[in-house]
Amino acid sequence: MNPASSPAAYGSPSRPIASFRDAAVKRGGRLIWSNGTFDVPAGSISAVVGSNGAGKTTLLNVELGLIPLSHGSVTVLGKPAGQMNRRIGYVPQSYASDIDANITAEQSVALGLHGSRFGFHRITSADKSKIAWALKRSGIPDKAKFRLSEMSGGMRQRVAIAQALVADPDLLLLDEPLANLDLAGQRDLADTLASLNSDLGVSIQIVAHDINMLLPILQGAVYLLDGHPHYSPIANVMDSDLLTHLYGTEVEVVKTPQGDMFVRPDPAIERRRPHLHTPLEAAEFHSDGAGGIESDAPSDVRPDPQEARA
Amino acid sequence: MILHTLASAGPISFSYDPQWRIVFGSGFMMSALLAGALISVAAGIIGYFTIARRSTFAAHAIAHIGLPGATGAVLLGLPVSLGMGVFAVAGALTIGVFGKKASKREVATGTILAFALGLGLFLARMSTAATAQLQSILFGSILTVTDGQIWGFAIFDVVLLAVMAIVYQPLLFSSVDEQVAQAKGVRIQAMNLLFMVLLAGVVTLATQAVGTLLIFALVVTPSAAANTLARSPRSAIAWSVVICFLSILSGLLLSSMFPAPPSFAIVAVSTLAWAASQAIDRARRY
Repeated sequence: MNPASSPAAYGSPSRPIASFRDAAVKRGGRLIWSNGTFDVPAGSISAVVGSNGAGKTTLLNVELGLIPLSHGSVTVLGKPAGQMNRRIGYVPQSYASDIDANITAEQSVALGLHGSRFGFHRITSADKSKIAWALKRSGIPDKAKFRLSEMSGGMRQRVAIAQALVADPDLLLLDEPLANLDLAGQRDLADTLASLNSDLGVSIQIVAHDINMLLPILQGAVYLLDGHPHYSPIANVMDSDLLTHLYGTEVEVVKTPQGDMFVRPDPAIERRRPHLHTPLEAAEFHSDGAGGIESDAPSDVRPDPQEARA
Repeated sequence: MILHTLASAGPISFSYDPQWRIVFGSGFMMSALLAGALISVAAGIIGYFTIARRSTFAAHAIAHIGLPGATGAVLLGLPVSLGMGVFAVAGALTIGVFGKKASKREVATGTILAFALGLGLFLARMSTAATAQLQSILFGSILTVTDGQIWGFAIFDVVLLAVMAIVYQPLLFSSVDEQVAQAKGVRIQAMNLLFMVLLAGVVTLATQAVGTLLIFALVVTPSAAANTLARSPRSAIAWSVVICFLSILSGLLLSSMFPAPPSFAIVAVSTLAWAASQAIDRARRY
């Protein structure tokens, strides 16, 4: 078995990777979302977007068959949700939490091969090369012998991706993979995901609350609007009015002359924020009897770029 | 009662006993060593998973939950380990069912623990026989272990090893990453309950050596030491069995040389092993 040449068998774009038909979910008696009727095309990279509490993670769990529907049906990889999970790689949002087990990256990835099977399983040399391949694909070929407890959140997340990859999935589900990563880390991860998609034909769904870094690689998005999930090609999602409605706060889609798109809060909101001061202005603020510079906020409050993007 | 024991011993003497070889070579010491070896195998295996699953508080609590079972058994004239085992398993299952989330688990565990301790005291007061047994239940009595108990330990070890041979992978997977394991088809609640029952069994075994109050030092501490030294789950399990047995061995040795109760010596050695592992870990990091 040559791991590098084992693209996903499930490649036909005509068969969707996930099909929702009038799907609805209740948790604890509360309706999370309903009337979900859409297809996610196979071979695509798509985002799952929506405001906090809209049910993005719930949607992934529905696709994994871990949360039952209260109405309708969901088909994933051609079977009812939950039946094809061995063909799905799942990377939850838990990599940032502490790990008490003394397990190495390599051993963690090995669990992706044999972890759910009863009985003893020796790690064969084929398994070993597969594990090394998965670690390489997720960008950490040199970290095999590191303990998870000694790794940063970003590194652990790559181990989790390698664990998901090692079983040759047709579909990768990632929950907030960009959270806790710095800008370079976010870009690296987007590159990694794009190459997995193009080289191996793996379909990818990414839950994200900030989609700017993902925009170049996204072909579509499931968006949770007013309690209903929809799927749309990314160009249609990138609409100021839609995103404003989706996030419940003014959002503007900006296109640069080069054709790059990005999302930012409405400039009107930005103007209400205290502006960044030049060194000269800052000097004024700290000299005695400073005055004349208008500010509607204390001078030491600076706009938080993270907050502005969200 | 403990004060009473100390007072009856007269002036406190802490002297080396040059005749210790005779004591250490005696039949009851050999039984204690054999029991210790069997307990170490069980405690070392389950200790690793207890730490990986963050259930160390549950291990401590289960021992205490066994207390009313033990004192109640004395009251009814039943074997202490039977009453202890039944209560420990029932308590473990209750914690397992109510404490799915770690945050809720702490509260559920602590509440049941406190109630069980109170009930244990109540039952102990109902008969003088139970009161008399209370010290050995609380602090263990490895030197009075019987052949019947040793057979019980051996049978438990065989069952534990057989179960582990079957569920090792999914149990490890669900311990390390419950969400992914669940997505991959591991029945995580079944694994949780199975683990809790096995833990209750191991705790019932180990309390017979060091008692309910000192159980942490035998089931959790050696594994914590092994965890910082070993680099894989299997080697960590092997190391914790070894550290656990060395604690019991040197504890018994010390208690035959000096007038110290074996439970104290065992716990002291296991604590030293843990402290040493932490020092080694620090030295490695800097």
